[in-house]
Amino acid sequence: MSTHAIALSGLRKSFGPVEAVAGIDLEIADGEFFSMLGPSGSGKTTVLRMIAGFELPTAGTVSLSGRDVTKLPPYERDVNTVFQDYALFPHLNVIENVEYGLKVRKVARKERRTRAEAALDAVRLGHLKDRRPGAMSGGQRQRVALARALVNRPKVLLLDEPLGALDLKLREQMQVELKQIQRDVGITFVFVTHDQDEALTMSDRVAVFDAGRIAQVGTPEEVYDHPATSFVAGFVGTSNLLSGAAAEQLLGRAGTFSVRPEKITMTAGEPANGVVAEVIYAGPVTRFVVDLDAGARMVVVEQNRRTGTKSLSEMRGKRVRLTWQDEHVIEIGVNHAP
Amino acid sequence: MDPGVDNDQGLGGRRRWQLAALLSAPMLWLGVAYLGALAVLLVSAFWTVNGFTGEVVREFSLQNFRTIATEEVYRNVTLRSVGVAVAVTVICVVLALPMAFYMAKVASPRTRGWLVIAILTPLWASYLVKAYAWRVLLANDGPLDSVIGTPGYGLVAVVIVLTYLWLPYMILPIYAGLERLPDSLLEASADLGARGGRTFRGVVLPILIPSIFAGSIFTFSLSLGDYITVQIVGGKSQLIGNLVYANVGAANNLPFAAAIACVPVIIMVVYLTAVRRSGALEEL
Repeated sequence: MSTHAIALSGLRKSFGPVEAVAGIDLEIADGEFFSMLGPSGSGKTTVLRMIAGFELPTAGTVSLSGRDVTKLPPYERDVNTVFQDYALFPHLNVIENVEYGLKVRKVARKERRTRAEAALDAVRLGHLKDRRPGAMSGGQRQRVALARALVNRPKVLLLDEPLGALDLKLREQMQVELKQIQRDVGITFVFVTHDQDEALTMSDRVAVFDAGRIAQVGTPEEVYDHPATSFVAGFVGTSNLLSGAAAEQLLGRAGTFSVRPEKITMTAGEPANGVVAEVIYAGPVTRFVVDLDAGARMVVVEQNRRTGTKSLSEMRGKRVRLTWQDEHVIEIGVNHAP
Repeated sequence: MDPGVDNDQGLGGRRRWQLAALLSAPMLWLGVAYLGALAVLLVSAFWTVNGFTGEVVREFSLQNFRTIATEEVYRNVTLRSVGVAVAVTVICVVLALPMAFYMAKVASPRTRGWLVIAILTPLWASYLVKAYAWRVLLANDGPLDSVIGTPGYGLVAVVIVLTYLWLPYMILPIYAGLERLPDSLLEASADLGARGGRTFRGVVLPILIPSIFAGSIFTFSLSLGDYITVQIVGGKSQLIGNLVYANVGAANNLPFAAAIACVPVIIMVVYLTAVRRSGALEEL
């Protein structure tokens, strides 16, 4: 049998006439931090729910560690879930919430308490164990939900956009913590998100979902630098797509190409090949939207090392020259990875 | 002060008048018609009736309450009434929980709409008609008797009919409570290894306790005060309401009727005080 933590094969799910998941084959290795990235409605959450057992697939199979669990209810699967809304039990305090899974599995009271306290310490909430979830902040609740799932020592932890409701600072902090916890406990994490930064920062591998199918699976570098489709190029990072006549004129080749905004150099030099249509100041960087004479619209990102806001606004309407190195031109659909 | 932030704390003179005008009618109703009637009940309970003339003696006396407390017949009727109210409430909870759960968590929106209508429609029909319908149903050689047998007229029949009458008042608060219960809590419980029954005991029931108490306030108090159903299907059994009715009518002893009427009021006050701690009053 395979040693994959999770194996999905021909997985489909329809809700009435709507096909939410349209055929997915995927293998996730033991101990991997795996992200499912995609816009809302792309089927990533439905796939997660089928792995957890909350939804029955219309077709296909779900295997956990080589065992077919497609028809098994959630309580007979060795996975735990961190829900998007945390789903903490409001009538139980923090430690009772964390103990719930152990209590259900009839772990002795003393061991239960020890393990729950250790799990709470691991998420740095040991001091709040008597608190009710209602009296906690979003970040704290999120960590209780994590402890409640991890305390059962599942083979796989499923996380359904767990950072979605947190503010930016807390989210960045939790990204680091989650990654660290995953490394410490060494279990497989399947992380659903619509946030490309989150997926790229934390994952060993990323699956990009598009309309119920997986558009690409790969390491963050592969997905970012060698997008398999123009959808992936557009969803993961800002992409500057060149195709048709513009591609022929600028690159001398036919096909669809992408150049990442940070790989483009913008100078005032001659000959100019475009005009600045929009200037967007974003603190550490500035984004320039440039309309190329060849008929494409490109986004250029520059670090704000010297420039001030005043000189930036004067750039609007100026003619500029965009250049890039040939190695940074990605041909969509062609995998350059070794 | 900025008039835009002038709200509860800083009621201006004009707004205070508006508030007074708005509330005067309901407050008058509450004060005079509602609490006033209760006060009259309470006061007259301490009066007595002259045995010879039948006139009300308006002097303070504990005689009525002493009679109720010492004479066995009143104690029995009180216990019987409370017993019926408890039985009706418990049966209502047992029937309402799966019904409300099906409506809130299982049924399609369409089915749910029909079920809500089915539960509310009987409330539009007259109480008397429904009670007499049950009298026909429960009669010896009646429709029920020919199918599964009938308990006949008596306390069992009273409990059946009162349960039928008050069941909607239990289903609706539980249904509302379940609607507010996020599905993810049920999923989380299953995810943590709990089967259906365990999830029900460990998650659903504790969260529904306030809703159940809220429903029980209706079923318990309405059963405790009822005296018509028991006349129609109760055979010879008597409940508190019948004693009140008998003393107002046949015995013409209004003070004693008032004293008996105080018994369910006291029981309800005790019950409400106990239930208040569960947060049930916020569920009404």
